[in-house]
Amino acid sequence: MTRQKRSHHKLKRAVAPYLYLSPSLLIIGLLMLLPMVTVIAYSFQNSAVLRRDPSFAGLKHYQAIFDDPVFWASLWHTLYFTCMSVIFHMTIGMAFALMLNSDRINPTLRNILRVLYILPWLFTAVIIAVIWRLLLEPNGVVNSILLQLGIIGSKVEWFSSPETALHAVTFANIWAGYPLFMVSLLAGLQGIPKDFYEAADIDGAKAYQKLIFITIPQLMPIIISISLLDFIWTMQVFPLIWITTGGGPIYSTEVLSTYTYKLAFSSYNLSQASASAVVILLISLGLTLFYIRYQKAR
Amino acid sequence: MRKRHTPKDRLITVALHVALAAGLFFAAFPIYWMLSSSFKSNTEIFALPPTILPKAFTLEAYAAILGDPVKLRFFFNSYFVAGAVTVLTVLIALLAAYGFSRFNFRGKGSLNTLIISTQTIPPITLLIPFFGLVVSYGIFDTYVALILTYLVFTLPYAILLMTGYLNTLPRDLDEAVAVDGGSSWTALWRVIVPISLPGIVATSVYTFLLCWNEFLFALTLTKSTSMRTVPIGIQLLMGQHAFEWNQMMAMSVLGSLPLLLIYLVAQRYFLAGMTAGSVK
Repeated sequence: MTRQKRSHHKLKRAVAPYLYLSPSLLIIGLLMLLPMVTVIAYSFQNSAVLRRDPSFAGLKHYQAIFDDPVFWASLWHTLYFTCMSVIFHMTIGMAFALMLNSDRINPTLRNILRVLYILPWLFTAVIIAVIWRLLLEPNGVVNSILLQLGIIGSKVEWFSSPETALHAVTFANIWAGYPLFMVSLLAGLQGIPKDFYEAADIDGAKAYQKLIFITIPQLMPIIISISLLDFIWTMQVFPLIWITTGGGPIYSTEVLSTYTYKLAFSSYNLSQASASAVVILLISLGLTLFYIRYQKAR
Repeated sequence: MRKRHTPKDRLITVALHVALAAGLFFAAFPIYWMLSSSFKSNTEIFALPPTILPKAFTLEAYAAILGDPVKLRFFFNSYFVAGAVTVLTVLIALLAAYGFSRFNFRGKGSLNTLIISTQTIPPITLLIPFFGLVVSYGIFDTYVALILTYLVFTLPYAILLMTGYLNTLPRDLDEAVAVDGGSSWTALWRVIVPISLPGIVATSVYTFLLCWNEFLFALTLTKSTSMRTVPIGIQLLMGQHAFEWNQMMAMSVLGSLPLLLIYLVAQRYFLAGMTAGSVK
């Protein structure tokens, strides 16, 4: 190759990656980063979106949100919903993974059960919401079984009484989300070297000791990263709550996403909704930074 | 070797199987109930005591859904939008992943971090500016609005997934093309794409799934019945009819079929896509 040709080639190598990345960067820049800037701008404007020349509002909309008791209720419900979901996703996922990994069940049964235990994962949030509405109808099958067993004295309106609604949607979400943990932990379990357990057997370790001193520490990186991701994603849940309770009755299941949605598209207060959306963004970003630092530290 | 004959040991095995059965009931009963209700009449669904198997098996709910052009349109819209987004996402993500996997360049690390962090941006935050944009560009209630917005959410994950896959492929292959005087573009299409099929399938499966499940943007950025997708269709069905539960369940079964089929046919790719973000 001549020198000219070689430098031409070098230039091509230097420019090429940017060309390959350009469509993606264009889309992410224009449709993700720009809208994020826009929503922050909206939150400082009066009548954002609705008027062509909105005036500057300062921190008014943030003030309005922080003065709104429904916002604080939504924040609390979001926390409850998210924490309970993550804790139970982890517990159930771990229990199922450990059971499936046991050498006490035969391999065919194990394979069948693994497929069946993953089932809830294969359904859309809207469909999960509809299924649970049918199950938890006052005249539905859950009430009729519980009545028969004498666990409840009369029909419970799970989704439409303020005392039970939040627990009911949380339960539905727990059911819907544990397979992510199960699948990841199962993969993790299969990666733990067998000699660890053999060495423990020689030392006469009991089953629970092996669980606490070998299995759980080995799975810790997976547990932490999935919990963080699950936390971030569960915090953003919208359709499940929207379809089952719509945030009601009397705000008892209002979460940040339904609260924001209603501000924007029921009361058309898009400025205040933007302020609320920015608050959600900040919480998510904080958790994301934490997640990325954790991933890098690994 | 573990000893298997002590009574205590046998008791543990029995207890384990009881727990497995309880787990199975927990995981599968809601889905079984959806399926069996879709074959019942609306009155039988609430019969007392509940009938586990449909007593009077009927396909009337399916006939009602499949005979209604409005509902078929929901299905067409879902397939069309998810299909279009999948093709676009895979193409664009493949190019980006090739850039990430085969080149070193300034800003690579920060771009990678940017793409990882965009995965967790709350959809509700983007909804309001998207609504503003979509209305001002006059694409409210169109396929274009849905396809563009879905692309934003599918792309980051798809790029990470494809990059992960391309990194597993030996570099000698595309370097051989360079030695022969071929450009990186030639190497991509002649060498990389043909052997990347598993990665492409996993990415497509994941993208399709995400689009098929999307609710919030379909709810907000479309309005006319002819533009609605399956999830919105199910919600509409809930509002309109005086709770035709059997039809709702039939529509849910039909709406779940694509994902169930993909899972059964391509389980490996499905799991690869679903867990890629967490176990990278």
